[in-house]
Amino acid sequence: MATAEQAPTGSRGPEETPVEPAALQRQFDETIARDQRIEPRDWMPEGYRRTLVRQIAQHAHSEIIGMQPEGDWITRAPSLRRKAILFAKVQDEAGHGLYLYSAAETLGVDRADLTERLVEGRQKYSSIFNYPTPTYADVGTIGWFVDGAAICNQVPLCRSSYGPYARAMVRICKEESFHQRQGYELLLTMMRGTEAQRRMVQESVDRWWWPSLMMFGPPDDNSPNSERSMAWKIKRHSNDELRQRFVDMTVPQAERLGVTLPDPELRWNEERGRYDFGTPDFSELKRVISGEGPCNEERVARRRKAHQDGAWVREAAAAHAAKQASGRATRQEAAA
Amino acid sequence: MSAAEQAEGIPDVPVDARGWPMYEIFVRAKRGLNHVHVGSLHAADDRMALTHARDLYTRRNEGVSVWAVRSESIVASTPDEKDPFFEPSGDKVYRHPTFYEIPDDVPHI
Repeated sequence: MATAEQAPTGSRGPEETPVEPAALQRQFDETIARDQRIEPRDWMPEGYRRTLVRQIAQHAHSEIIGMQPEGDWITRAPSLRRKAILFAKVQDEAGHGLYLYSAAETLGVDRADLTERLVEGRQKYSSIFNYPTPTYADVGTIGWFVDGAAICNQVPLCRSSYGPYARAMVRICKEESFHQRQGYELLLTMMRGTEAQRRMVQESVDRWWWPSLMMFGPPDDNSPNSERSMAWKIKRHSNDELRQRFVDMTVPQAERLGVTLPDPELRWNEERGRYDFGTPDFSELKRVISGEGPCNEERVARRRKAHQDGAWVREAAAAHAAKQASGRATRQEAAA
Repeated sequence: MSAAEQAEGIPDVPVDARGWPMYEIFVRAKRGLNHVHVGSLHAADDRMALTHARDLYTRRNEGVSVWAVRSESIVASTPDEKDPFFEPSGDKVYRHPTFYEIPDDVPHI
């Protein structure tokens, strides 16, 4: 399907003069250098397009898979208020996934293909969603840490060089703030509760801290794609810089909440004006990304099942649309 | 619509979302403003496009009106900045108010 927002697939029309590849590359480089946005039908290097498709698709998949860990708690949330909040939050994650699939489709890929690649395990999603949510405090911790980390990652992406991606991120970031705040408020409430509730919060924080730091990806000296993505201004800050920002942002919040973060090396560095902290176990990150996390199989299997179980709805809607359209055509013919 | 569609003798029925056409969505944020393009979505028909657009793009009162347009119905200029299509306005500086020199002591102009 060729659309206004999609990449041109055919050749240029006969009335247009063909432009030399070198000139196209120069135009592209100049646009990036001027800090302007690349838009869907612009010429772009194949590597730029591939990198974007991979990154946006992974990002979209993460939002969709990200519904599962918390979704488990919708029926068990302790009050109607908490259920409604969690429902809205999980619905937002679905929305974020769709904004991002929509952005990916402007690069000439098809959402149905991306979904297939996800359920067949050929495309990845954020490692963090492969961890389980055994307690209700995890709902709060995910909002506070995981959505907090997502905000650190995503705010700079609002200035990403690819227009549709940047615009999707603007929408997402606006909504992400609700996610983080509802999580932190949930934990605050539990911390004002019983001793058992406080222990539950601390235990949850202990489990999620290191996986949350891993969300920022491998360290800079071992991040093969980072440099190119930064040259293309798809990415604006390095993994380690974003990780540091997250730590600096989160430590005072932990103090206010009254929990400890499970890192003996964590301390304020007066000289740097930032926190020093320990190194996450990046071999764990590698294992979880390559499919050996605690919940990888379950997450993908459930996504696959949901997709298969929804097939009859998609078929019925399409059949209804076809029937309506043919009915309309017949009526128009009769009227003519 | 593509390959998908041989379900149970009903012709032209796509078996999954691959066959659902794409719509571009435009939202009027409030009265007095234009509809602005916000993104796209897939829907089986026009009505579903509107309800999906409501659920996807106006979860927080972002809109008072939505347009959904089949993506394939949009015609567009080429993206090239140097497109001669826009040339006619390039050399007509006299269309801008700053082209005209007016002495400083002339009020309200």
